[in-house]
Order: sequence, then C-alpha cells, then structure tokens
Amino acid sequence: MAYPRQPRFSRRQVVRGLMATTAFGVVTKFGTACSPGTDAGSAPGDSSAGGGEDLMVGFIYVGPKDDFGYNQAHAEGAAAMAANVAGIKIVEEASVPETTAVAETMRSMIEIDGAKVLFPTSFGYFDPYILELATEFPDVQFFHAGGLYQEGVHPDNVGSYFGYIDEAQYVAGVVAGATSKSGKLGFVAAKPIPQVLRNINAFTLGAKSVNPDITTQVIFTGEWAEPVKEAEATNSMADQGIDVVTCHVDSPKVVMETAEKRGIFSSGYHANQAPLAPEGYLTGAEWDWSSIYTRLGEEFLAGKTLMAGDIPHILRGGLADNFCKLSDYGPAVSEEAKAAADAAKDQLIKGELIIYPGGLKDNNGNVVVPEGEGYKQDNIELEKMDYLIEGVQGSIEG
Amino acid sequence: MATEALGWWGVPLGIIAGTLRGSAPFLFVSLGECLTEKSGKINLGLEGTLLMGAMSAYGVSFLTQDMVGSFWAPWLGVLVAGLSGMGLGAIHGWLSQQRRVNDVAVGIAMIIFGSGLAFFLGKPFIQPQASQLFTFNWGAWSSIPAVQSALKVSPLFLIGVAIAPLMQWFFRSTRWGLYVRAVGDSPDAALAMGISIFKVRFLSIMAGSFLAGIGGACLSLYFPGVWTERISSGQGLMAVALVIFARWNPIQCLWASLLFGGAQSIGPAFQSVGIDSYYYLFNAAPYILTLVIMVITCSPKRTLIGAPGALGKSD
Repeated sequence: MAYPRQPRFSRRQVVRGLMATTAFGVVTKFGTACSPGTDAGSAPGDSSAGGGEDLMVGFIYVGPKDDFGYNQAHAEGAAAMAANVAGIKIVEEASVPETTAVAETMRSMIEIDGAKVLFPTSFGYFDPYILELATEFPDVQFFHAGGLYQEGVHPDNVGSYFGYIDEAQYVAGVVAGATSKSGKLGFVAAKPIPQVLRNINAFTLGAKSVNPDITTQVIFTGEWAEPVKEAEATNSMADQGIDVVTCHVDSPKVVMETAEKRGIFSSGYHANQAPLAPEGYLTGAEWDWSSIYTRLGEEFLAGKTLMAGDIPHILRGGLADNFCKLSDYGPAVSEEAKAAADAAKDQLIKGELIIYPGGLKDNNGNVVVPEGEGYKQDNIELEKMDYLIEGVQGSIEG
Repeated sequence: MATEALGWWGVPLGIIAGTLRGSAPFLFVSLGECLTEKSGKINLGLEGTLLMGAMSAYGVSFLTQDMVGSFWAPWLGVLVAGLSGMGLGAIHGWLSQQRRVNDVAVGIAMIIFGSGLAFFLGKPFIQPQASQLFTFNWGAWSSIPAVQSALKVSPLFLIGVAIAPLMQWFFRSTRWGLYVRAVGDSPDAALAMGISIFKVRFLSIMAGSFLAGIGGACLSLYFPGVWTERISSGQGLMAVALVIFARWNPIQCLWASLLFGGAQSIGPAFQSVGIDSYYYLFNAAPYILTLVIMVITCSPKRTLIGAPGALGKSD
C-alpha cells in the first residue's frame, strides 16, 4: 500500500519550532502557576508569588467522588479542609486504581502540582506505592487512611490516620440485634482486611450484647465495587431468612436499595443512606472526616510536620473525637432499641465500654483476646485483626 | 419480613434467580455484537455503549418521572439508552470503515470515549433514585418470599429471549439477513451482488449498538438498578467474548448469557449457606466455565466454526 510522501522539514524549521514550543510551554507554565494564587490575594501576573503561598494538598480516591460511600466521605472532608482553612489548596484525583497508577498520580501531584502533603485514601495504596514514593520524596508528607503504618519500619514522612468506626458499627449492631426477628444478620463485605473484619466483629458484638444467640452471615464479594455481586449477595441473604443487612463496600447504595426491595432492614455505612431505604433503614455508621481534615490542615499551616514529630504518626479516634457518627434512627427502630443504643453510645464516648472483652473467641473456637481486661480501642493488636468472632458465619480464607 | 430460611434450597434458587436477573445485559450485548460481527466488523466499544446506555436510561428515567409518570419514564429511558447506543455505534460504524483504520483499535477508543462520556454526563445521576421498570410477578402463587422475589421477571429479559430466535430467523430466512451474512463472509461477492458493504456494516453496527444500549438500561433500571461508574464491571467486554464462545449463533448467545448470568450468583449463593471457603474461586466461576467449555469444544484440526469469513480482515 502506498503511503503519502512524508513532509520534509529543514533543520532551521525544526530549530524554530522547538524554540517556539519551549517559549509557549514556559509562558503557560507561569500562567497556570500564578492562577491558583489569585484567590489567596496575590495579583494575577505576579509570576513568582503564585505557588509559594498556598499549601498544596493532594487527595487520591480509589473510586468516584460521589459514590454515596467511602470516597464521597473523604471528598466531603477534603472540601471542608479547603473551605475552613485559608491558605490550603487541594488537588484531587478520583478513580485511581490500587496499582502503579497511584504511584504515577502521586508523582505528578508532587512534581507538577507542587503538593507538599498527600492523602492517598485507599487501603491498597500503602504497600508498596506510598512507601516507595515516601522514600523518594522525603520532604513530602503522606497520610494513609488505614492501619498499616509501623513505627521504625516505615519512612518518617508517612503517617496513618483512621477512625474507630467499629464503635459506630457496635452501636448499629445493638440496634440491629434489638430489631431482628429471625436473629440472623447479614454483612456484605468486600475483602477480608483488618478494618473490614473489625467492623464485622464489632457489629456482631453489638448485636450479641442485646441477644447473645444472634449470628451474622458474611459474604465477601472480593472487590470494593461490584454492584451486581453486592445485589446478589443481599438477595441470597434475604433468601436465607436474614432480616438485617449491612455492608462494608465502597458504595452501599446497591445493598440498601436491594434490601428495601426485599422488605428487610438495612444498616448503612460510610454516609447516610436513609433516603434510599425509607422504611427499612435502621441507622448507620458514618465517617466524619471534615473535623479531622480541618484540624490537620491547621497544623500544616502552623508548620507542623510528621518528620519533626509535631504531628503524631498514628492518628486515631472514635465517636468521642468526631471521627465517626451515627445516622439518625429510622422509623422501624423501637424505643427499647433506641434506649439500648444510646446507652452503648454514651458508654463508648465516655470510654467505659470495651468492645473486645477478654476471653473473646473466634468462630473456630480459639481464644483471640487474652483473658483479663480485653482490648481497648487504641490497642495495636486490633489493627492486625485476622479472625471472625464467635457468632459470625464465614471464613476469611478465600 | 422474610423470616423462614430456605437452607440448601437457597443455592439452586439463588442461581436460578441470578440467571433471571443478571443475564439480560449479557444477552443484549452479545446479540448486538453477534449482529455486528456477522457483518464482518468487531465492535469492542460495546463496553462503553453499555455504560452510556445505563447512564442515559437512568438519567432519562429520573428526569422524566415527574412528567410522564413512574410507569412510562423507565421505558423512555430504555428507548433513549438504545438511541444513545446507536449514536456511539454510528461513530464506530463510520470510523472503523475508513481506509487503513483498524476496527479493534477504534473499538478500544470507543470504550474509553463511551465510558468517559457516560461518567461525565452521569455525575448528577449517581445520588438520586430513578423509577425502575416494572416486573412480572410470576411467583405470586408461592407463599415463600424468596420464590416470589426470584420469579420477578423483567420484561426486558423476555424481549431479549424473544430477540434471539428472531435474529436466528433473520439471518437464515430473510433477504437482509443474507446481505449481512454475505458482507461478513465474502465482501467481494456481496459487492458483485450490488450490495453496499459500507451501508450494511454501518447499519449492522448501529443496530447492534442499539441492543447494547438497551443492555445498559437493564443494568440501571432493573438489576442491580442503580447508576454508578462501576456498574458494568466488565460485562460489556465479557459479552463480546461470549459471542466467540457462542460461535456467532444467536440461539447459543442466549444459552451462553444465561450461563454467565447464573454463574455470577454462584459465589454469593454458596457463601450465604455457609460454604465460605474458596469464594474467590466461586466468584471466578464464569471465567472458569468459559475456559472449560473452550477447551472441550476446540480442536486443533479446524478453525472456529461459524466465524464470518471477513471478520477482522482489513479491506
């Protein structure tokens, strides 16, 4: 097949073209660099002042920013940080998979956008991507939402923050246990990682505190966002006579809507899903990232860093510290259930209630919490959880 | 409230229910792709078409439910989903037939374009709830809620089941069907017959994309019945592979779609009765099934039976 003749360029044309491109590139680079500075008060055109004044903070999400779930909760927190703290600008990227793609995203946020602080919010970003980038850019702070940071093992500029949302799940479990008629609860979970297991266990423990015979059936879908499998899982739970379902997936919308269609109760997660299930929605464990992000933002501007040790490497908090909250009770929740749940909530806020008591057994009969005091929320052992407690039907080995 | 448990009966019931619920998108996309490939072009972009269809169906159903009521709004959504699919199909149909353009490459571009467009336009529709399609409640005779729910059959699924034999008949017994097959098997002969290869392929791709768009509407208006960016989870691409698996035969496309739809529910159904080991393996069931059947039916002595002669050959 005959190809058209290649156009020919003389050396001079090439040199001219290269120079023009470079000049254009430099101009646009300055042009964009000063535009974010305008709302911080510097005049447009003041080319050098632009990037230096505002602290650029990068947020990376594993799914879409408005998924009615995990990523939306983080994105709302990020927006609150940008709105509440003057002098912080945020740059966001959504739907970044837990692959080398996130390393590229972090690199371009650091090198192109000039981000000094990064919040890669998904669990799977940590190892190896955050760790590699953190070694490469020692002056950039990385905050990972999840419990994988280990003192002394991981770089100094990496920190971890997470909420003890299992406290909220415990209270939701109390409500679920008091509401369930069949004594069977369902939990649609994505992957058997410690945070998910902790939620399953806390939910079950909460339910068992009002009805010791209750069981929780777990179904793992294997991925954070699998709408079809989540709906199938909810349907097969309803077929098995389970009458309260909750979930730990990125977007609980499908689970809530399917439960409502099947006429069973649901308990939300990540954000408030009450509008999706007006009849069956009991309550839900919600994140509240805005307070913690705002606090961190103020600390950044005050010059505090992870490297200097001004910001603790492990940031944790539960209901008492506004890391999480509960949805308002739905119409199906009885007065007794409300009273029991409010009592549990009060005790948790005061720190009187220990969710994981001493002598707790897993569902294979092994004692997983040693006899005695039990594990308090800040016990680091809980962040390595690899068991399902007695009363949970399911297995974490795939 | 569903309080009585089904126990082991839940597994076959769950799989049957999953088949009735989950196979419609596979069915529509694979029938659409079957038509397209019979004309000698591959449209990999149906994944994007599926997402675009899901988004536009959900969006239209949501926006019009106040105007036309909650019964007709989803049907309007289905129609618009098909039309939006046709729009994407028209781009593919025109572009992939230009000189020195590879249809596989265009298809991959169309996946990215279709999904990107759907995500962009679909942002405002993630949160609200749209009216859903009605279902035939064939389970009303039973007092068991699980059976009642399993036998809620979508009219779209029935339409899909009806289209499969119709398409078979179309290929075998109609003049237009012959044109499509002729163009797909031997473009030179078709040209000698005085058929416009460009027009036949263009229309086949458009019609195929129309069906794929409706497949998207099944996802967002029937099961699981939401619009999110992860709604398709690769079903469009799987359906394209399914056509090869079904040997370009619409009736076999139907069986293959039912198989894949049912296989999706194996993992959750087994876990719900307490078989909780190997759930990753069960979740991979559709792919394992495909491999097994491919291994059983393949032969080193012959090429794929039924493959249109001009498929994948550039002109």
